[in-house]
Amino acid sequence: MKKIKKRFFQNAGFASFLSSLTAIGIGLIFGLVLLLLFNPAKAFNGFSQILFAGASTMAKFAKVLYQAAPLIMTGLSVGFAFKTGLFNIGASGQYLMGAFFALFTGIVLKQPWWVALFSAMMGGALWGAMPGIFKAFFNVNEVITSIMFNWIGLFAVNLTLSNIPSILANYYGASSAERTAVLGAANPSAMIPKMGLDKIFGASYINISIFLTILIAVIAYIVLNKTTFGYELKACGYNRNASIYAGINAKRNIVFSMVIAGAFSGIGGGVYYLSGTAQYTIEKILQAMGFNGIPVALLATSNPLGTILSALFVSYIQVGGEAMQPEFAKEIIDIIISVIIYLSAFSLLFKGLITKFLSKNKPEYADEEESGEVAS
Amino acid sequence: MIVLADILSATLIFAIPLLLVALGGMFSERSGTVNIALEGIMIIGALSSSLYLKFANTSGFGAANPQLAMLIAVIVAAFSGVIYALLLAFAAVSLRADQTIGGTALNMLAPAFAIVLTWAIQGQGQTTIYIPTWIRITPEAFGLARSQNPAFFEALIFKNFYLTTPIAFLLLAVAVILLYKTKFGLRLRSCGEHPQAADSVGINVYKIRYVGVMMSGFLAGIGGLAYTIAAGSGFQSTVSGYGFLALAVMIFGNWKPVRIFGAAMFFALFKVIGSYSGSLSFLPSFSGIKNSQYIYQMLPYIVTMIVLVFTSGKSRAPKAEGIPYDKSKR
Repeated sequence: MKKIKKRFFQNAGFASFLSSLTAIGIGLIFGLVLLLLFNPAKAFNGFSQILFAGASTMAKFAKVLYQAAPLIMTGLSVGFAFKTGLFNIGASGQYLMGAFFALFTGIVLKQPWWVALFSAMMGGALWGAMPGIFKAFFNVNEVITSIMFNWIGLFAVNLTLSNIPSILANYYGASSAERTAVLGAANPSAMIPKMGLDKIFGASYINISIFLTILIAVIAYIVLNKTTFGYELKACGYNRNASIYAGINAKRNIVFSMVIAGAFSGIGGGVYYLSGTAQYTIEKILQAMGFNGIPVALLATSNPLGTILSALFVSYIQVGGEAMQPEFAKEIIDIIISVIIYLSAFSLLFKGLITKFLSKNKPEYADEEESGEVAS
Repeated sequence: MIVLADILSATLIFAIPLLLVALGGMFSERSGTVNIALEGIMIIGALSSSLYLKFANTSGFGAANPQLAMLIAVIVAAFSGVIYALLLAFAAVSLRADQTIGGTALNMLAPAFAIVLTWAIQGQGQTTIYIPTWIRITPEAFGLARSQNPAFFEALIFKNFYLTTPIAFLLLAVAVILLYKTKFGLRLRSCGEHPQAADSVGINVYKIRYVGVMMSGFLAGIGGLAYTIAAGSGFQSTVSGYGFLALAVMIFGNWKPVRIFGAAMFFALFKVIGSYSGSLSFLPSFSGIKNSQYIYQMLPYIVTMIVLVFTSGKSRAPKAEGIPYDKSKR
């Protein structure tokens, strides 16, 4: 028992969890200081909104879960690519493609929700494949391709939506031609089922997407850590030349890992827009949900299971941030998150300090710990 | 002819921020630090200089000495960019943190900070800081009379003429000389290619990298101001992804100053064709398609991708970029 306990506390995962917690703590304190600077009288009220609003009512908590589902997916997308040594800054475009494919399948082709979600996955995968192919075969930096395809995707989707009259809201009697139809009016079977969750939470937007995305995160964890395929992907991330020398097809793996990352983002777009609450608006702005996947993945150190927790955390304080309006701008939440990310950039430093502290308390295990490190 | 002058002058005004910011990225990456925070640095530069211009406008100083006030605004933008870039340098160089993560954090911080500060200064919901109109350089400033129907060269030069344009060309020349003709440039490049070797001959890699990142802050800060001027509708806590586009321009320009200028002009030209597509008679109009302007707005990105496919075989990034230098691991 003692040995298990020791292994748990001195394991690298625990140290990185503690260092993430430290970063979160400092980030929140920084947020409090900002609130005090801007409006001292209402600062503590605002801060308690950040900390507790997400759990204050069932409806608020439902919103946390509802927003966390797409965040888990975009976080997984960015994290999965990170694990294989690629920076997927194109989650936004892939998310958008997923949303478009889902809405097209649901509204125009009148298919049920699971077909629409599958099609969202394919859309995201298609857009994710682009940076992978350009990187593998033409040596174009994936960051550039991702950024370019974010914009190409945005304009392509806007152009296509404008030219399919039956997908737009005005086809179903609404006045606006600038947004897609309400799913409930066009094809109720394309809405992700609620399975009674809406009655439990007393909120109309909650559906089973949070469970679906958690399931996908678990599958991603298993693929990445327990299969040969995942091992090959990670090997390419650690050292591409060594993995080529070992007989791994690095080009194929680059494309695959971007396709999978894109598929995750695509599902994210699917679960958000198939909820029935959201309508896609034709705008010339990139979707923030895709970019928010980056902090989610970083906070989770790209671990798929950690992504679930970090997406829930980010969603939770975002709901808190909305609750503290209008006294404070909700962007204070973004400041807090960015401080947390900035601090987690020195996670190695924190981790070193924490491991040092833990092993100082238990000097008798010092030798054993090092051999344990290698084994784990 | 006037349309051509308009297009060229609009191309230039959009190329200037790309040029400045991509040059900034170049200095940082040539020293070995990937600077993905360019977008955030631009926002901070634009925020502080817009606030300064607003202040100069209300105090009356700006209207009396427009170009002096503009010069001060450029300096404010540059130095706020340097200070913000120091945050990246501290994380990436001193603490050897992951450069992408630090940069991402700074990109996220800047717009949020800008919105919160704009609200605090201008009152709730007032998200735009308006840029005064006196910053434009008019023909009158050179003693020329303003004609009713501007001729080709007058339209070309004075339609969108701001102090940032000559400054950008000056900085381009300085960048070329600094990078290739000075001892400092050689040291900077060596730190990006092989920092261990540079260190072994007595170059302080940390110091050079700090300077590289600070120079990127200096240029990207001015670039933020130049973007806000080009966008024309005041500062709205965003630079619409121009920092990332500048990153693309830098890679497109193969980390070389003159080629970066070419790449910036090329990209800006297609961007301008995209936004002027409605008024250009020689372009096909796609009359059967609704909102066909999106086709042209996609164009710069597609063309850049095609060019990159053909050029990136020869593309060569600084070898040591993205790897924090650790003296103890030499």
